[in-house]
Amino acid sequence: MSTIPHDLQYTAAHEWVRRDGDILTVGITDFAQAQLGDVVFVELPEVDSEVAVGDSIAVVESVKAASDIYAPATGTIIEVNEALIDSPELVNEDPYEDAWFFKIKLSEEEETESFMDADSYQDQCSE
Amino acid sequence: MVTELSRTPLYQSHVAANGKMVDFGGWEMPIHYGSQVKEHEAVRSHAGLFDVSHMTVVDLTGSDTTAYLQFLLANDIAKLDTLGRALYTGMLNENGCVIDDLICYRMADGYRLVVNCSTREKDLQWMRKQAADFDVTIVERPELAMLAVQGPEARKITASIATADQATVINNIKPFNGAYADDWFIARTGYTGEDGLEIILSAETAIALWDSLLKAGVAPAGLGARDTLRLEAGMNLYGNDMDETVTPLESAMGWTVAWEPADRQFIGRDALTAQKAAGNVPRLVGLVLEGKGVMRSHQTVHFAGTDLIGEITSGTFSPSLGMSVAMARVPAGFGPECEVEMRGKRHAARIVKLPFVRNGKKVFE
Repeated sequence: MSTIPHDLQYTAAHEWVRRDGDILTVGITDFAQAQLGDVVFVELPEVDSEVAVGDSIAVVESVKAASDIYAPATGTIIEVNEALIDSPELVNEDPYEDAWFFKIKLSEEEETESFMDADSYQDQCSE
Repeated sequence: MVTELSRTPLYQSHVAANGKMVDFGGWEMPIHYGSQVKEHEAVRSHAGLFDVSHMTVVDLTGSDTTAYLQFLLANDIAKLDTLGRALYTGMLNENGCVIDDLICYRMADGYRLVVNCSTREKDLQWMRKQAADFDVTIVERPELAMLAVQGPEARKITASIATADQATVINNIKPFNGAYADDWFIARTGYTGEDGLEIILSAETAIALWDSLLKAGVAPAGLGARDTLRLEAGMNLYGNDMDETVTPLESAMGWTVAWEPADRQFIGRDALTAQKAAGNVPRLVGLVLEGKGVMRSHQTVHFAGTDLIGEITSGTFSPSLGMSVAMARVPAGFGPECEVEMRGKRHAARIVKLPFVRNGKKVFE
């Protein structure tokens, strides 16, 4: 059974979003890391790059498969988690805290309306 | 339609050990028990335990069995000059292409073959068809289970929980040999590149052996670790690295084709002879990726100075080496430098001599 914290929001692509004003911190969920298995590489976007909602902007590779990480909203990448480059296993060990991927400065507020709360995301995972 | 998956006698043991069960060629098998990478490391540094009861065991007896297998198999079982010796070989069709790869043991009353589970039906059908003119009896042994204990400590630990007679066999048996002791058929073989054993035994004794080995500190290891271990060891996986569209010469299995004696007419010989004479045979090679990323099967391999492309047949991240390794079928005469196209971009890679890892250590230059 995977953990789904109630203080976060979620996307259909199994990403979590922590909102702080117009800054979104983004990572992948516990469910997603369990599906991927042991993560061995993470490729991150460039700081200051402009991203549009739905763009593939990062990659997470496990022993089993490569998976795209999508921008959950349009905006600018203001920070990336360099720790994941040397310690990709953090994605398995601590998906919601240490293993955040990047921070986006939001430019289209209404795009966040499609985010799910924990209960809706839970329903998606059990389907 | 939902097809019922087959389960090995160890199914409950896997569930009890938190195995993540998946459909593997119609069998419900553990892919891992938490971390594929940790299981891989356990086998390289200590000992791991695999349930390989889904593999197909076939016993052959009858006055023509030797002649039959010399016709059926590309390697020559005449090499099995003592009881218990094992031989790795391809079983080919008339085009010289690989129907399956298998291990053949010489037994007291005939031979024992261990073939793949995904190819079981076609293998048995082919073997029965080819047996028409021979006095040979082909008996499948689905009631038997098979456990692989692999790693530098595997034999020592297994001997410590075995009967005295079994321990004597375990301590003294030579690599690529098998012997019976108190109802276990114990072979010093494996699919990991480490020392270890494959034990063929009854379902009830398999469950007891599984429990004793876990208690003795052996780590349960799933199919995920089995795949990364065999790939590091440069061992082929049927269906990935070779199948009925390629010959052993294109599959790094040239060493398993016994050309001598020249008058032994095995199935596929004429086709292999013609392929060899024609030259320019594509080859199956090892690849290492210079940078970050993970090579995956079906990605293409490119060389400077030719439009001919190769294809990755198996690729993974190597937990022992901390980099991506792969096997690829490439055109003859190019390399070692090459590029692999991954997710739309080309990345530098290099052909190296297989295996990548043997007995816990990096082997290639």
